[in-house]
Amino acid sequence: MTVFNRRTLMKGAAAAGVLGGSGLTEWAKAWAQAAPFRPEQGATLNLLRWRRFVEAEDAQFNRMVAAFTQATGVRVNVSSESFDDVQPKASVAANTGTGPDLIWSLYSVPHLFPQRCIDVSDVADYLGKKYGGWVPLAEAYGKAGGKWISIPVAVNGGYINYRISMVKAAGFNEVPQDTKGFLELCKALKAKGTPSGFPLGRATGDGNAFAHWLLWSHGAAQVDEQERITINSAETRAALRYAKELWDTFIPGTAAWNDSNNNRAFLSGEISLTANGISIYAAAKASQDAKQREIAADMDHAFWPIGPIGKPAEIQLAFPMFGMTYSRFPNACKAFMAFILEAENFNPWLEAAQGYLTHVLNAYDSNPVWTADPKNRVFRESAKRSFPAGYKGPINEKAATAIADFIVVDLFANFCTGKEDLEGSIRVAERQLRRIYR
Amino acid sequence: MADAAIARTTAAPGEPSTWERLKVNRNWLGLWFMLPAMAFLVLFLVYPLGKGLWMSFTDARIGREGRFVGLENFEWLIEDRDFVRALIFTIVFTFVASVVKFAIGLYLALLLNNNLPFKAFIRSVVLIPFIVPTVLSAVAFWWIFDTQFSVITWGLVKLGLLDRGSPINWMGDPFMAQCVVIFANIWRGIPFIAITLLAGLQTVSPSLYEAATLDGATKWQNFRYVTYPLLTPIIAVVMTFSVLFTFTDFQLIWAMTRGGPVNATHLMATLSYQRGILGGNLGEGAAIAISMVPFLLAAILFSWFGLQRRKWQQGENND
Repeated sequence: MTVFNRRTLMKGAAAAGVLGGSGLTEWAKAWAQAAPFRPEQGATLNLLRWRRFVEAEDAQFNRMVAAFTQATGVRVNVSSESFDDVQPKASVAANTGTGPDLIWSLYSVPHLFPQRCIDVSDVADYLGKKYGGWVPLAEAYGKAGGKWISIPVAVNGGYINYRISMVKAAGFNEVPQDTKGFLELCKALKAKGTPSGFPLGRATGDGNAFAHWLLWSHGAAQVDEQERITINSAETRAALRYAKELWDTFIPGTAAWNDSNNNRAFLSGEISLTANGISIYAAAKASQDAKQREIAADMDHAFWPIGPIGKPAEIQLAFPMFGMTYSRFPNACKAFMAFILEAENFNPWLEAAQGYLTHVLNAYDSNPVWTADPKNRVFRESAKRSFPAGYKGPINEKAATAIADFIVVDLFANFCTGKEDLEGSIRVAERQLRRIYR
Repeated sequence: MADAAIARTTAAPGEPSTWERLKVNRNWLGLWFMLPAMAFLVLFLVYPLGKGLWMSFTDARIGREGRFVGLENFEWLIEDRDFVRALIFTIVFTFVASVVKFAIGLYLALLLNNNLPFKAFIRSVVLIPFIVPTVLSAVAFWWIFDTQFSVITWGLVKLGLLDRGSPINWMGDPFMAQCVVIFANIWRGIPFIAITLLAGLQTVSPSLYEAATLDGATKWQNFRYVTYPLLTPIIAVVMTFSVLFTFTDFQLIWAMTRGGPVNATHLMATLSYQRGILGGNLGEGAAIAISMVPFLLAAILFSWFGLQRRKWQQGENND
């Protein structure tokens, strides 16, 4: 979900933070006096986060960090890594017992090493009580073995991005909300010479989103509730056949696409429709280039269509934050996580992110970012429409491994590219799942 | 010192004691001088290798010590299609890239060995692909061979040789992607071979060529019977290194394709990283890495015993 050129992004929007620096500091000092989480004396924190895609979001994040330091005296060193590099860094840190105190990562990373994460049940309870409770997805991602091992800060919603004019030219007023109609739309788009394109390569965010939607919307799943492998099913076969038909309408090359290829292809007008976070729209809207702004005006977002399962079946990118047990300052970690999710911090942050982040605490439904621009609206629902990674099984290190190994993406990629036949691609996935879920 | 005292008392009078002999023994002293280097090797070479070997026999995961599972990892891998394909591709990748790199590198070296205008400048320019950080050149190739934005496709379309609606599926097609990464590796590896062989060529005495030319040798015969035999030791060393570097290539693949599309461009090194670090399955990752060792050993043995039959090392005459 890289944006085309993030340096040109949203310069003006940096002012979206409602609270000015001094006001935030005053509140932060009062918070530090009253909050239940008190950092250790002389604590410093090293925080590793994913590298931002929306500049204003990052600016607001750094403002919160600065306010936290002023209020508590805890210095926080923030470093960032690209999406794909956060997990290896976190894994190595967990294995060697040295590294960042706090990590803000993707999907189910903390479930790769739950025993190395600080128990943050008290923070989760505090926030849940204060802000209208956690959505079920947050609980699924945050908890392992009955306790909270991470605070699911937010979700990054990924939805259908489409060019209004091209969809109209293909004879549709909007993106059909059923898989059958959606296939017809993609066929019509191809016939008009404005094809769609979804990544089936090493795209951690968009590739997984597309492949899991294909699988789940057809009622298939890699495992059942008891972690028995269920990938070898009639539903999976139906999903694969559907995927192949859809694949045939795509622009060539999507088997090699990573998270940024579809952004570029969309912003250059090569494709009419793809799946992505709000970052394409945000980048185009704020661009210096008039052509990009035209694309922003001519694009909109839609939910993932509903398949035979009859209900939304999406995977959205969760962003959990967790402290490491080797940290000498666990209380400072907890205080920081509680601090950033307080309304005074989180509301301006959500606005600064312009829809890139979706809240997982119910009270933030009323944040103005969701109503300010009607094209943001679908992203408000992303945390509520998403299944957790590893569905129908529990989120644990096995589910995390399956995601990290691109099992579901490769299931579809193997079949669509013709590398394996229908049975062959299922067999490959089943064999790998058996090893992961043994 | 107690040992020394005992040694002294038991020694027959007039004869130097063991300790005294040891004190002046050069080998004994040499052993002590070697110790720091040995400690270094054990710490940074033997220990990691041993640990990797041990891990390949366990089901270690990130953040958790593994249990001993014997050969389970290897048994699983041998039936894993992606592993077998990665193994085959690694061998093909190494073979094709090494042969082409050698051929072009040698040709370049011979060219550069001639008296050219701006000789020093041209020689340093040749090194550029080797100097540019791998990741940077990989990113450049990534753009050159992007299916949508490839400059080659663009050029062909502009020349009217290709229809705009049907771009070349460079990185999206497994076979094409394999060719592309091999090409990129060759591009990057040639300077190393060319410059090293050039250094070797400079050591060949011109008088040998003079003598050969007087005997009526053609250019080809000059190369075949003068240059080539004298270059063999250098070729052996260069090709050993080249094969090892190619076989263990990681950066280029990772920056360009991450092993995709559909795992077609995974080398054993990238697959090991994918399974071990990203997938969290350290034991399996270690097993993949350890599987590389026999091939690397074979490559080394081949070049030492195969290419170096000549006894130049011992200073004897050639066979």
